[in-house]
Amino acid sequence: MSAGSSLGALGRVVRSGVGRRRVQTLVVALATLMSVASAVVAGSLVVASSAPFDHAFARGHGAHLTAQIDAGRATAAQAAATAHLRGVKASAGPFPVAIIAPAALPRLTVAGRPSPGGPVDRLEVTAGRWASAANEIVLPADLPPEVARPGTTLTLPGGRTLTAVGQARSVTGSADAWMTPVGVAALGKAGAPATTQMLYRFSGSPGKAALAADRTRLKAALPAGALLGGQTYLDVKQAADREAATFVPFLMAFGALGLAMAVIVVAGVVGGAVGANLRRIGVLKAIGCTPAEVVRAYVAQALVPAAAGTLLGVVLGNLVAYPLLGDVQRVYGTTGLAVAWWVDAAVAAGALLVVAAAALVPALRAGRLRTVEAIAVGRAPGTGRGRRAHRLIGRLPLPRTVSLGLATPFARPVRSASMLLAVAFGTAAATFAIGLAVSLNTIGTARDPDAAAAVTVVPAAPDGAGPQGAVPTGPSAGPPALDEAKVRAAITAQPGTASFYGVSDRQVTVAGVVGPVEANLYRGDLRAGAYEIIAGRWITGPGQAVVPTRFLEVTGHRIGDTITVRDADTTARLRIVGEAFDLRNAGMRVHAAAASFSGAKDPDGMDSYLIRVKPGVSVASYVDGLNAALRTADAQAMTSSRGVGSVIAVLDSLAALLTLMLVTVAGLGVLNAVVLDTRERVHDLGVCKAIGMSPRQTVAMVLASVAGLGAVGGLAGLPVGVALHHLVMPLMGDAAGTRLTHHMVAVYDVPLLVPLALGGIAIALLGALLPAGWAAKARTATALRTE
Amino acid sequence: MGHVIELDAATKDYGGAGTPALGPLSLDVAEGEALAVVGPSGSGKSTLLNLVAGLDRPSAGTVTVDGRRVDRLGEAALARFRRERIGFVFQFFNLLDDLTVADNVRLPAQLAGTPRRKAADRADELLGMLGVHEHAGSYPGRLSGGERQRVAVARALVNRPALLLADEPTGALDTASGHEVRELLAEVHRSGQTIVLVTHDMALARSLATRTVTLVDGAISADERAGAAR
Ligand SMILES: Nc1ncnc2c1ncn2[C@@H]1O[C@H](COP(=O)(O)OP(=O)(O)OP(=O)(O)O)[C@@H](O)[C@H]1O
Ligand SMILES: [Mg+2]
Repeated sequence: MSAGSSLGALGRVVRSGVGRRRVQTLVVALATLMSVASAVVAGSLVVASSAPFDHAFARGHGAHLTAQIDAGRATAAQAAATAHLRGVKASAGPFPVAIIAPAALPRLTVAGRPSPGGPVDRLEVTAGRWASAANEIVLPADLPPEVARPGTTLTLPGGRTLTAVGQARSVTGSADAWMTPVGVAALGKAGAPATTQMLYRFSGSPGKAALAADRTRLKAALPAGALLGGQTYLDVKQAADREAATFVPFLMAFGALGLAMAVIVVAGVVGGAVGANLRRIGVLKAIGCTPAEVVRAYVAQALVPAAAGTLLGVVLGNLVAYPLLGDVQRVYGTTGLAVAWWVDAAVAAGALLVVAAAALVPALRAGRLRTVEAIAVGRAPGTGRGRRAHRLIGRLPLPRTVSLGLATPFARPVRSASMLLAVAFGTAAATFAIGLAVSLNTIGTARDPDAAAAVTVVPAAPDGAGPQGAVPTGPSAGPPALDEAKVRAAITAQPGTASFYGVSDRQVTVAGVVGPVEANLYRGDLRAGAYEIIAGRWITGPGQAVVPTRFLEVTGHRIGDTITVRDADTTARLRIVGEAFDLRNAGMRVHAAAASFSGAKDPDGMDSYLIRVKPGVSVASYVDGLNAALRTADAQAMTSSRGVGSVIAVLDSLAALLTLMLVTVAGLGVLNAVVLDTRERVHDLGVCKAIGMSPRQTVAMVLASVAGLGAVGGLAGLPVGVALHHLVMPLMGDAAGTRLTHHMVAVYDVPLLVPLALGGIAIALLGALLPAGWAAKARTATALRTE
Repeated sequence: MGHVIELDAATKDYGGAGTPALGPLSLDVAEGEALAVVGPSGSGKSTLLNLVAGLDRPSAGTVTVDGRRVDRLGEAALARFRRERIGFVFQFFNLLDDLTVADNVRLPAQLAGTPRRKAADRADELLGMLGVHEHAGSYPGRLSGGERQRVAVARALVNRPALLLADEPTGALDTASGHEVRELLAEVHRSGQTIVLVTHDMALARSLATRTVTLVDGAISADERAGAAR
């Protein structure tokens, strides 16, 4: 036999093997498909979250420095000339800048740019198109579509209207919204001093010191007092990376689970498929194939469907990852994330390697097996273990079909172990993901007590919007305060009010703390403003403070300590009574009653009032009614923006998706094992049916054969999932700079654990249902002929 | 005396070209008869037996066993029919290797829902009757062919079937074991059991059968009563 013709013959054997074992081939393909897809999703998200800001910054040619220039002191030519300063690699501008306060929207910094592109800070237009007429505006990408949909009309104080035409995002955060330069200029009053912005890129990735030096040079190059302020990319990066960091532990955990799962199931499936063919291998050797040829043939037989599955898995993974990356991108506020090509390549290569290795082990065994043994393997009598199990389990007071099924796994310990692992991993993944979702939802509601209020009252926008002298750079330069007495009276009088409290956000200094701290001062129903408490309790009156974890870490204070807080010209000594879950301002906040600062009679008043309405009250009509009452108070009521935390929404959908994939893979692992089992026992099943086993009894027997494994696998996977959750949640908290409250972590209570434990059985039963049906339907006479 | 089996123009066509594998064939078998079906290989003997046992459905015609239209029963009802009315003995024994001899014999009774105790008693009784009681706790793999076939007969009889079917029960046995099994089946028949057996073994047909049907190409070519022959 020539080498060529023997290879051709083997090729035929491989092809007929692939064709004949259609279910197994399909399972190998599907298992690799799902595993590869989830590995691609997890992998690309890990990569995307490892340095999302850097990726996006590079892609969007972000500005290292965004300078605000007083157009009254520096001409456009003078501003543009700064492009030639030493170290500047690229620049854009000057662009006119204005601040507008459209009705029912937050204040927006608007920059006038002719196009979204350019050498620096390329904007990503996420919806609609760029502004072309003077009254057109491109809104922030993170505004919900219902308020920013192209075509929406925005009314400015004074009656001017603008038309929204699109949404866009700047990786550098250089502005919130954009118009044409002419449009922005038209917002100003003739002759009024205007602000412009210049965007710069320097060579390399400049650090803090280098940026400070650049800024000094810039200041010197401009007329005195012309440089109003400058924001560096490091400020933006810090904020973006903090959010991103919370993703990483979660994605790592899921990625690790997905990969382990892929290896176990694919190895089990492929190994099982080759192992089940031992007899055929024996026949091949008997008719003269060399061991090496046999090994090659069987590895190839596994690789053919695995390669197809891998290819489709990469495609599916990319399809799934794409919208998820879009979500991630929205969270990060970054642009243009895509699945890294090398993730695809690495996952595909890894998958094929695993398949080849998994096929090689049994194939080598087959190749080494003496021909006579190989032929005998196909009809080897039962093992001692299997018989003992049958004897023991047969004594249990169970229906005979059930006890027959329960004893089956013991005859095939290796296959059963792989099934057990698949179920355990599937259960662990589901446990982890569901616990995570519960935790995240708890955190989501805890994160922001303001969100629990249905209605917010803020000062009415001032008359006549126009370019102000300078663009405010921090939250300190907030809007004017409310006319307290009138507002409170109006809210109290309004039917439907359940409770309300006022909040004032201000910059304070805390003795011993470098830099400003944000203070949230409350008036009214203190309890309604309560944050989730990690330790201690919420404030109940003046003289008390509640601070976030990070504040305690940075200051070294503990609950019970007293801090001295200075607000403008008043000083208050506050005793820390609690540690709150609060992530804003990087955790450097103090919550206290406004009355603590008694020195000032009525310190500026509140920035906003937050109102909870009575159940059943229509928020929309409540807002209308209150607005009518507030007209004289220079205040306006609006529905609170109640955005579900976007990070949480993304993590939730990710968790759901990855769990679904992993559970499917686990189910496929079971399906494969049961298919192998029933195929092997097709003759015995035929005998059972011939002596009167009904289709229902057959199904019961096959299902019982996996139910035990499912139960054990579920019980084994449960603690793994819980442990993973308890490991990952605090890490995510750490990354976000906070401790978590007990009930954010301890989410596994009995009503959750019981169905999760049963989940193992569910995975096993679902995986076995199909082959059980086939076994019940198989024609008895045909089954009996297979000998 | 009623007929246990009534075949009316029963036909089995496996879908290939040419004539059907069996029939159209009409045949009645009375209660207490021992019918031997003989004929060359491929003549449709096993096919006939499978139709009677409800393991396969006729392409046309009717099959009535013990008053039931077997060809009309659903899968679940067929299973119930088989375990209540039919005992089947195969050429290659078809015992389950992982179960002990006693468990193999009890299995049809347990599938039929017979209480554990009663099933065990009945199995013990049969194993004793068929002379394999000392092997009750062993596994089939340890037994000789003749012993295995006795266990298979015991399993077939455990639910006291109206009809015992046997497809080449001595086909895999040496002469001595074949003789043993022949004696055994004769004894079972003497106790009143209706038997239909397919065989190449003319000695078996002659010693046991009260009637012999010869199949050729799926059709009956001869139908002799033992009394008439003798
Ligand atoms: N499942 C099947 N599909 C197609 N053809 C079949 C099938 N079973 C049997 N046949 C054909 O039907 C015919 C009768 O087969 P059957 O098994 O009944 O013969 P037999 O008399 O029992 O032969 P033997 O004495 O060799 O057992 C044969 O030609 C056989 O090839
Ligand atoms: Mg036959």
